[in-house]
Formats: sequence, C-alpha cells, structure tokens
Amino acid sequence: MKPFTQASRRNERLAALTLLMVVLFSPPLLIAVDRLPGWASLTLYLFAAWGSVIGLTAWLMERSAP
Amino acid sequence: MRTDLVILGAAFSYLALLFVVAAWGDKRAEQGRTVIGSPSIYALSIAVYCTAWTFYGSVGRAAEYGPSFLLIYLGPTLAMLTAPFLLRKMVRIAARQRITSIADFISARYGKSSGLGALVALMALITITPYIALQLKAITVSHAVLINYPDSPDARLATEGFWLDKSLWVALVLAVFIILFGTRHLDASERHEGMVAAIALESLVKLVAFMSVGVFVVFGLFAGPQDLFQQVALQPGLTDTLGLNHVPGGTTGWVGMLILAFLAFITLPRQFQVLVVENVDEHHLTRASWLFPLYLLLINLFVVPIALAGLLLGDVAGDPDSFVLTLPLSAGAEGLPLFVFIGGLSAATGMVIVETIALSTMVSNQLIMPLLLRFRFLHASQPGQLAGWLLGIRRAAIVLLLLLGYLYHALMGDAYSLVTIGLVSFAGVAQFAPALLIGLYWRGASRLGAILGLLAGFGVWGYTLLLPGFAQSGWWDMALVEQGPWGIEWLKPYALFGLQEWDIYTHALLWSMLANVGLLVGVSLFNRPTPLEQTQAALFTEAMHPNLQGTTLWRGQTTQGELRDLLARYLGAAATQRVFADIAESREAADQIASHALVTRAEQALAGSLGSASARVLINSVVRGEALDLEGLLSILDTTSQTLEYNRRLEQKSAELARIGEELRSANERLRELDRLKDEFVAMVSHELRTPLTSIRAFAEILRDGDTLPEQKRQHFLGVIVHESQRLSRLIEEILDLARLESGRLTLDPKPLDLAQVAQRSVDAISRLQEKRGIALDSAIDVAPATIIGDPDRLEQVVINLLDNAGKFADADHPRVRLRLYRHKRHYRLSVEDNGKGISEGERERVFEKFHQIQEQGEAPRGRPKGSGLGLPISRGIVAHLGGRLWVEDAPNLGGACLIMELPEAPEQAH
Repeated sequence: MKPFTQASRRNERLAALTLLMVVLFSPPLLIAVDRLPGWASLTLYLFAAWGSVIGLTAWLMERSAP
Repeated sequence: MRTDLVILGAAFSYLALLFVVAAWGDKRAEQGRTVIGSPSIYALSIAVYCTAWTFYGSVGRAAEYGPSFLLIYLGPTLAMLTAPFLLRKMVRIAARQRITSIADFISARYGKSSGLGALVALMALITITPYIALQLKAITVSHAVLINYPDSPDARLATEGFWLDKSLWVALVLAVFIILFGTRHLDASERHEGMVAAIALESLVKLVAFMSVGVFVVFGLFAGPQDLFQQVALQPGLTDTLGLNHVPGGTTGWVGMLILAFLAFITLPRQFQVLVVENVDEHHLTRASWLFPLYLLLINLFVVPIALAGLLLGDVAGDPDSFVLTLPLSAGAEGLPLFVFIGGLSAATGMVIVETIALSTMVSNQLIMPLLLRFRFLHASQPGQLAGWLLGIRRAAIVLLLLLGYLYHALMGDAYSLVTIGLVSFAGVAQFAPALLIGLYWRGASRLGAILGLLAGFGVWGYTLLLPGFAQSGWWDMALVEQGPWGIEWLKPYALFGLQEWDIYTHALLWSMLANVGLLVGVSLFNRPTPLEQTQAALFTEAMHPNLQGTTLWRGQTTQGELRDLLARYLGAAATQRVFADIAESREAADQIASHALVTRAEQALAGSLGSASARVLINSVVRGEALDLEGLLSILDTTSQTLEYNRRLEQKSAELARIGEELRSANERLRELDRLKDEFVAMVSHELRTPLTSIRAFAEILRDGDTLPEQKRQHFLGVIVHESQRLSRLIEEILDLARLESGRLTLDPKPLDLAQVAQRSVDAISRLQEKRGIALDSAIDVAPATIIGDPDRLEQVVINLLDNAGKFADADHPRVRLRLYRHKRHYRLSVEDNGKGISEGERERVFEKFHQIQEQGEAPRGRPKGSGLGLPISRGIVAHLGGRLWVEDAPNLGGACLIMELPEAPEQAH
C-alpha cells in the first residue's frame, strides 16, 4: 500500500479538476445550457463555470503551496 | 487632443518607459536583487499571450461568432491546470539541459538533432511572421482609427506612404529595444530580466486599458449592465448573437478550437519563451496556474458588453475589430481613446518583443550556427570571435524579422481580419505539439518519426489554411478554393476528402494532426533510434525522476586545457571563467583530465549559447569516448528506482513495527492493570473471608469458654455465627461461579420461561430485606408473560443481585429503587434504577470488571466495601451466556444509575 501523501492527494484533485473543466465546457452541457430561457444564459454560464474552475484551482494550489 | 503629435508623443513616451523599466530590471539583476523572482510577475509575463488580437479582435469575434472567442482563453486555462504535471516537466528539462527555445527543446529530445532543430525553427519563422505582421497592422489601424474618426480609417491608409506608417517606426524602436535587452548575454538560456519586467508591465497596462473601456461602455454609455442588457433584449437580431449556433462549425468547431488553443498555448514560441525559458523557479507555476487564468477572465469580462454595445450603436461604431476605440470616441471621450490606443500598443509590442527574441534565438542557434560549424576555418579563429559573431547574427535576425513582419503587413493588405491570421498561426505552431508532448511521455518516439510527422502536418496545414488564405488575398487563383485543384472536388482545401460543414480551423487541425501524429507514431514504431536519441529520450521522459538531478552524464575523457580552449574560442573569456570558476588556471592543470562534472558544465554552457545540437558537435570534437549511453542511464534510473522501492519497503516495515510496538505497550499496560486488580482481589477476598471467619471464631470461643452465658445471648451468638457462615459460603459460591464462567464450565439449564414471573419472584424475595433497610422498592411489569429462553435460578440470581446493588447505592437518606420490565423491539428489557449518585461515563464499563469497587471521588473509603465486586461481572457473564446484554445508563426516572438487562424474546415454537 502506497503511503498517503499530501502531494499525491493534491495531484489527484488537480486531475479531477481538469476533468471537471473538460466536462463543464463540453458540447452536451453547453447545448443544454444554450436551450435554457434567457438569451444571455450561455454567456453567463461560461463565465460562471470559468470563474468557478479558477476559484477551485486557487483554493487547491494556495492551501498546499510549498 | 487627437492630433498626430499628441498620439505619437504618448506612444513613444510609452515605449521610452519600457526602456526605463527594462534597464532598471537588468540593473537590479546585476546587483543580484531580481525583480522578476515572484510568481505574480511570472503570471503577468505569461499574459503576453494576450496580443493586439485579444485587445481588438476578441470584440470583433464576439460580435460575429458569439461565445467562440472565449475558447482562445479556455484552452490556456486548461493548459495551466495541467501545469504541475506538464509544464513543470518541461521547465525542469529546460533548466537542466539549458534549452533556449522550442526548436532547441524538440531537437534536444530527438538526439540533439540539428536537422530537426532547423526544421522547427523554419516552420516557426513561416508561421509566426504573419502573426508579427498582424501586431504591426493592429498598431497602424488603431492609429488610423484614432486620427480619422468618425471617417473610415481606410481612406487615409490607402494614400499614405510607407515612411508615414507609424508601425514602421514602432517596429524600428522595438528592434532597438530587443537588441538592447534581448541580446545582452550570449547565453540565451539566461533570463532576460529587464525584458520580462517590461513585459509584465505591458500586461498590466493592457489589462487596465481594456477594463477601463469596459467600465466606460457599461457605466458611461449605458446605465450599468442591466440597462445594456435590457436594450439588447429589445433587438431580436442581437440576442441571437450569443447563442451556440453562432459558433463556427457548431459543437465540433467548439471542441476543435478548444484543443487548438490548448496546443498553441504550449507551442507558441513566445509562450515557450516566457513559460519555460524565462522561468526562474518551477514553483512559480503553482501560483501562475490560477493567476494567469484569472487574468484571462478579467480581460475577457467586458468583451461581450462592448461587442453588444457596438452592435447596438450600429454605424457610429464602425468595424467590430475597432469597437474598443470607436465606442469611447463616439461618446466624445478625449483621454480614454488615447489610453486604449496605448493599451493596444502594449499588447502588440509585448508580443512582438518576446516573439522576436524567441525567433531570433532559433534563427541564430538552429539555422545559422550549424551551418557555421561546418566551415573548418572557424574552429581556428580568434578566441571569443565567434561569440561576437553570434550576437551579431541574432541582432541582424531581430531587425530582419521585424522588417519581414512589416513587409508582410504592408503587402497583405486587408485580406484577413485580425483573428483569422492569429488562428492560422495557432494551427501552424500546433504542429509542434505531437513531437513535443508525445516525446515527453513516450520514450519510443524517434527522430525520423518526428521529422516526417512535422513535415506532413505542416504540409497539410499549408494546404488547408495557408494556401486558401493566399487565394483569398488575391495571390492565388480562387478556383483552388472553390473547385479544388484541377477541378478535383475532394481535394478542395476547405473540404478535404469531402469533409464539409466543419469550420476551417477544426478541419485543418483534424487532417494535419492525423498526418502528424500518425507518421510520428507509425514511423517510430518501425524505426531504430541511435544511442544518443535513446539517451535523450530517456532523459526527457524520466525528467521527474527524483535522483536524476545532478547526475553527470559524460563518461568520455579530455584535458582541462582542451576544454578551456574550446570554451574560450566559442564563448569568450568571461563565460569560460564562469565554467572554470573553482579551478585554478595553471600549466599542470591544463594537462589534467577534466572531471565528468566539468565536461557536463562545459556542454551546458555551450548549449545555453549555441543550442544543444551545436554544443554536442563541439564537445564531441574534444572529448574522446562517448557520453553516457542508454544502458548507463537506465542503470542509474534502475538503481535509483530499486533504492526507492527498497526505501519504501523499509518505511512500510518500520511503520508496521511502530504499530506493533504501540500494541505491545498498550497490552502491557492492560496486563499491569489486571495484575494490580488481581492483587487487590486477593487482598480483598482474604479480607472478606477473614472478617466473617474472625467473628465466627470469636463468638465460637465465647460460646466454648462462657458456660455461664444466658440462653438469650447464646442464641444471639449462634445466630451471628450462622449468618456469618452463610455470608462466607455465599462469597465462596460467587468466586466459584466466576471461576466457572471464566473457564466456560458454567452449566446453565436454558428453557422457556416467563421473565415477568422471575422478576416478581425476585422482588418478593428481596422486598423484606429492602423494607428492613428502609428502601422504597416499586416494580412496574409492563408485559406479562414475557417469554424468553433462560435458566430461572440464574436469572433470579441476576435480578436479585441488581436489586441488591441498587439498594446499596441508592440515596442514603431516602433510598428508592425501581424495577421495570418492558418490551423493546424483539427483546425484553428489565431495568433497575436507583436514586443514588449515578455512575460517571468513564466508570460505566469498569463496574463490570471483577473486584471493581466504585471509588467515589473525594470520599474516604467508607470502612467495609459495599460488596465483593463480583456480582456484576457474574451477572453479565450469565446474561451473555443466555444471548443477552447488560449495561449501565442514566436512570430515566430516579436520577441515579440504571442497569438494564436485555434478553431476546423466545421463538414462537418455544411457547
């Protein structure tokens, strides 16, 4: 059993975050959002998702910064 | 306000400021007080990604293609997310091998191949020159917009002579700047501190400028975002702009563009320069991985509002690519347009500076230097002469590159809008990605595969994007685009093999990447790499191996003198002195064998200045014997990995040992406690046995000696003797019970019985005694019959014991005890509570330990203990034997302790 380290946990989270971003900006979700009522919904979603990903990255990177 | 003089004054003052900042940065670096040693400066310098294309073109793209402009920035965000894995590896390799550019990186990966380096440099030159031209065009156009507004800028541009074109002069000033701050050291792998400081400042200026326009448009032209959006909502044509259907190529185009931006961000020469070559500390990537995406988010925040506002205003705003300028101009603002122009200028110049440095290094190190090395006479030239030449080559390359960019800009006219050229360049540099990324992770990727892949990918790119672009500019027959070459339909550049309805970039990316990756992988699988290729491949793919640092890779031999001569000839005296810093120069030393570390250091110094391929050639000319071969390297990697594995196992074992030690310690403590309890028990049992024995003996002696005792007294004494004997035998019985329980020899006689009857009998049996002691005992039997399986005698013993205990520990003045029998799910519970002090949380389990006597805090031991301390352990043992439980809780009614016995209900057929 591999000993649990903080660095490996951070890398796992980072990989998950990368996947999350890929999912958030993938066509199936975008098509769904685009069909929502309101003409600016897609733009608002894009910026909100983008901001969340940046926020999560900042949280992850700064709390375990060397 | 908008006179040419003011504008030019502002523009050139701004450029002068850059000189000052860069000079200051370099001066600080010389003093050893670096200004760029912070992750935030690093993140800002990466923002050189945002060129004039971002500054002016994003709005244009948003106006035309909706949200697709964001993809250019989402790609880099994704790339920065992977920075701790991907970019960090590149940074580490570049630092260790003194890599100077992306061409050098790829050439080094594939066996320090000079051919591959030259190919990449050439491709970069072809792809990036239009991109530089684009920046210069942006400066010209923005200047014209500023001067001519409200007229169209074209009117004036057409009539102007080239010497009046401001971008020519800007280009020349930039050439001076780059020569001054970009070619200070021969060693191109050294940081250009002043240049990076200036670039960071430029990034700040363009961000502030763009956000100022945004704020002005949203809050100046409109009354806040609400107002803007409401007005847009009234225009049905406009609300449609932001939908997914406006993205070129639909969802395929979306994905294609995202991948394109991701790849280009890593492979653009200027990004490679700031991300990898200029990186001071690989830990800076951690902060930059979110700070740079945040920068991108901020600079894009107002793109949509500005685009919408421009579209709303219609003709006043003119061309969407100029909205950022025309919107403040249309409102009559004076200072803001000038500031915006400076912002655009900073975006353009920042890109031009870094890109030109990167390209000129490639040109000198990958294209010219290998050629020069072929001429033998150079090897015998004056010491240090070549170093001067090399700097001269770089400076000439800088001037040439900028002029080339300017020429392209002057010639191409207005065939393309800003974004188009940018994306064509993106797709071009993305061709480096397979060789770069696959080479980082797959050791098998070979030089031949990389060369063929690059050529094929680049060819497809040229055919599907560059050539049709030329056709649209009028330099080629449009029939090629419309009908295909020689009228062959399925060869149409924008719809290769009939693949229609894709946007042109995704289309080009797909075919070029198929060719590129296919050849790289396919050829590598059937190609036998040279030993040097294999070594370099292993060094690159295993770059993160912990023990690779500081490994000396040279095994060949040479003398210090030869090495010193070589360095002096190519790098000059000062650089040679740095390499030989800790070695004294003397005649004896010159004949000594150079250490492996020294050879490695010399090669790195050469690589930093001349590129790894040339450095390799030069070192080979003096070193006899080979560099570390693949086997040697693999054995280093293997031994280290074995050591690591061994260490890991050791760590595991020691962790296990520590755990076992801990267990042993606690077991030992427990044993000591038990030992102490046993001693106490023996002492207590002795005491308990002696007390009745003593009185029996005393009274028996009185009876024996005292013939004259009155009958009444005699009877009393006999009564005492009998009572004490009973106590004695009860005690012995208990000890025997316990012994049987512990050894498992206790024989029970389980049969169906009514617990209510047992409880009633017990209460009857003990009530006399309790009454005598003044204890108020009440019982509440809620269920009758309560059929269970058990041994009636033993159960009665348990219940009596519980009642007796409760009586002993009840309140001294008004003792009360309450028995209750009730049903709980499929069990019966018999609880006995008292109104005593209760039992503290920590003591609750311990009362079931043998010989345990509750020690009340702060209370002196009260003469005789209240019991033997065996009743509860025996009771619990019996109940457990019958499949039940016995535990302590807080008394629900009386406030003291409550002992609960739970026994399962008897199965149906047993009734």
